[in-house]
Amino acid sequence: MGRTTADDTARRSTGISRRGLFTAAGAGGIGLAVGALGTSAVNAAVSPQTPDTVVPFYGEHQAGIATEAQDRMHIAAFDVTASTRESLISLLKDWTEAIESLTRGAEIGDGATGGNYDSPPDDTGEALGLEASHLTVTIGFGRSLFTLEGVDRYNLSKHLPEALIELPHFSADALEDARSGGDLIVQACADDPQVAVHAVRNLARIAFGRARVRWSQIGFGRTSSTSTTQTTPRNLFGFRDGTANLKLEDNDLLNEHVWVSGGTGAEAWMNGGTYMVARRIRMHIETWDRSTMRDQENIIGRTKKEGAPLSGGEEFTEPDFNLQGREGPLVAVDSHVAMAHPTRNNGVQMLRRGFNYTDGSDGLGRLDAGLFFIAFVVDARTHYVPMQSAMAKNDLLAEYLRHTGSGLFAIPAGVQAGQYLGQALFDA
Amino acid sequence: MKTRILAPAAALAAAALLLTGCTDNNASADGTIKVNSTSDACEVSTTSAPGGTLNFSVTNGSDKVTEFYLLADDGLRIVGEVENVGPGLSRDLVVIAPEGNYFTACKPGMVGDGIRAAFAVTAAPAGQSVNADRAALQETAVNLYSAYVKDQTQQLVEGTTEFATAFAAGDVKKAKELYPAVRMHWERIEPVAESFGDLDPILDAREADLEKGDEFTGWHRAEKDLWAPKGYTAMTQAQRQKIADKMVANTAELNSRTQELTYTSDKLSNGAKELLDEVATGKVTGEEEAFSHTDLWDFQANVDGARIAYEDLKPLLTENDSELDQALETNFATLQGLLDQYKKGDGFVLYTELSEAQIQELSAAVDALSEPLSKLTAAVVK
Repeated sequence: MGRTTADDTARRSTGISRRGLFTAAGAGGIGLAVGALGTSAVNAAVSPQTPDTVVPFYGEHQAGIATEAQDRMHIAAFDVTASTRESLISLLKDWTEAIESLTRGAEIGDGATGGNYDSPPDDTGEALGLEASHLTVTIGFGRSLFTLEGVDRYNLSKHLPEALIELPHFSADALEDARSGGDLIVQACADDPQVAVHAVRNLARIAFGRARVRWSQIGFGRTSSTSTTQTTPRNLFGFRDGTANLKLEDNDLLNEHVWVSGGTGAEAWMNGGTYMVARRIRMHIETWDRSTMRDQENIIGRTKKEGAPLSGGEEFTEPDFNLQGREGPLVAVDSHVAMAHPTRNNGVQMLRRGFNYTDGSDGLGRLDAGLFFIAFVVDARTHYVPMQSAMAKNDLLAEYLRHTGSGLFAIPAGVQAGQYLGQALFDA
Repeated sequence: MKTRILAPAAALAAAALLLTGCTDNNASADGTIKVNSTSDACEVSTTSAPGGTLNFSVTNGSDKVTEFYLLADDGLRIVGEVENVGPGLSRDLVVIAPEGNYFTACKPGMVGDGIRAAFAVTAAPAGQSVNADRAALQETAVNLYSAYVKDQTQQLVEGTTEFATAFAAGDVKKAKELYPAVRMHWERIEPVAESFGDLDPILDAREADLEKGDEFTGWHRAEKDLWAPKGYTAMTQAQRQKIADKMVANTAELNSRTQELTYTSDKLSNGAKELLDEVATGKVTGEEEAFSHTDLWDFQANVDGARIAYEDLKPLLTENDSELDQALETNFATLQGLLDQYKKGDGFVLYTELSEAQIQELSAAVDALSEPLSKLTAAVVK
């Protein structure tokens, strides 16, 4: 394969090949390979998948936010153990290179089978033969990366965005430390669970020695649609979820409610980025299943079958919160749909991108299952905290929920070829 | 087991077709009577049906909120009703009606006498007897339960006063003794107490239920002080007095509001179900009494409250669904038998003394009872 001594050294130190992106921005890698395989074979090798299963990696924003929600997710939070800023940067560079390959459906480095016979393969190989499956990998930074117990570990604290707050304790939170927080977040979504798991597994492997997994969660079944072309899926309570979600077609609304812009000085690096709220919400499935259909619909504020608001119409009919029935509004003021509605939340909206999850059963034989809630917002202080605060106290649905994990992450903007994810922060 | 209202209509329809191979002329294949309530008409798919359980599927074809009623032959007494049907939506009304003359009525806009038409219920199929006088049975059930709630609230007031006095005075031994016993009066009527959204958090919020800035008061505030965790700073006498006074005042308020409450039979059955939910989510997991670990007292009280509601409803249930009644009877007894094993003196062993296997056994018994209990409402309201 025409490897150089320098490449070998780099691979031994980081565990993956550094060829490609960061040596002559990819041109060298292709050039080397052309000699061996010929042009057409290279084109096939570089882009072996049908393009319609590939979500472009490069762009103004990271993929996996305002792109069509896939059906599967593996999300992982990492604690950074790197001893220097340079080591942390090297991790982000290696991740960027790997993610660029993974999302095109290509193998990492020398691949699962193409490397040195006496080395472990660069790619673990379980995605061989699978399509790109719309894999997107989105990364972000937790507050603790900037400052941890008062220590400025990587000389980043001056760039800590004001909006990257510590989420407050909400009423009835039952957060577990081992499911919360983290210095880095990696959200991998795909239509094939094996592809998403493959991505996280390989990124975790690349990170060994520089970052370790703090918690991770596998999700199946998206619980929101993020495009007008998608049907609205159902959550584990059996109700349509995400009918009123922001959609990727709503450009103006995304600019208002999701994308950070106009930041200056120490916070300019966040422009084009967003904030991810990640909450593991366990559902009391069994008690829900024992509640009457009447209660279920009244708690949600929509019909179960069609997802129409109880004030009438069809799924996408705007709820009429004033329409009175015998005992008050047809859509109860403390129903889930009413509590979450922009009119009750200062007009704020979120781009939700959560997933159903099931982690088997607990010791009492109950499903350990629920919703892994993910929302992208321009500022959690205005777009999540007030809403969750009100819902935790008053939402009729809250009785059936229990928040067990929590995180808030700054998601930097997308990158162009030759850059690495989060570079704006480290160049600032 | 009887067919539930919630059973998928399509599956029922398919089954009916397979069995009979034909449909009757009046109702749809599954026996459902279609009602289309428009702004100026009340289209009912049939004008007669055999006695027994009638299932009306009401669709609102108007742009107003509508209602549908089945009225007795005097045109006044309501045999069954479905309210709050939004424009374009459908709702089912399931009623038991014996042979006789009735009226159907749609009420678009929820005003006036409604758009009425005569409806005849013919003889019930052989072997089915239908008792019409359920209204009296429902009234009896509701009156019995109302009296029970008043009695428990009264005892809660007395007990809280006694507890508050001991707590404020720093009589830790007495306060600890009273704590789980007095709370049982609260836990027996928990769905009623919780229905007062302002009083419940003041009196019964756990520390985890609060968010920053909320004041921690009530039973669990006292609990934490009495069973102080490591590193906890005890309250001063003045602080204890304040908590105690607040508990007494708010319990008195609860008592006075409870006097005004009225119930319906579905509130009783839903309340019973909610009590078991409380057991399943808070008590059997040991989360309710994080400091005192007296969860089994609460457990027992929740079960007591559910059992009373069930027993009050029993006359309505035996007639409609004796099988469900039998299942509830058996499962209440099983759960009580298990709880009895952990009785100690006037109370129970602490939650922390239970083994994992014992907790699992209790939890399984709660689930076994909760499942049939969740069907109680449908069985008593029809």
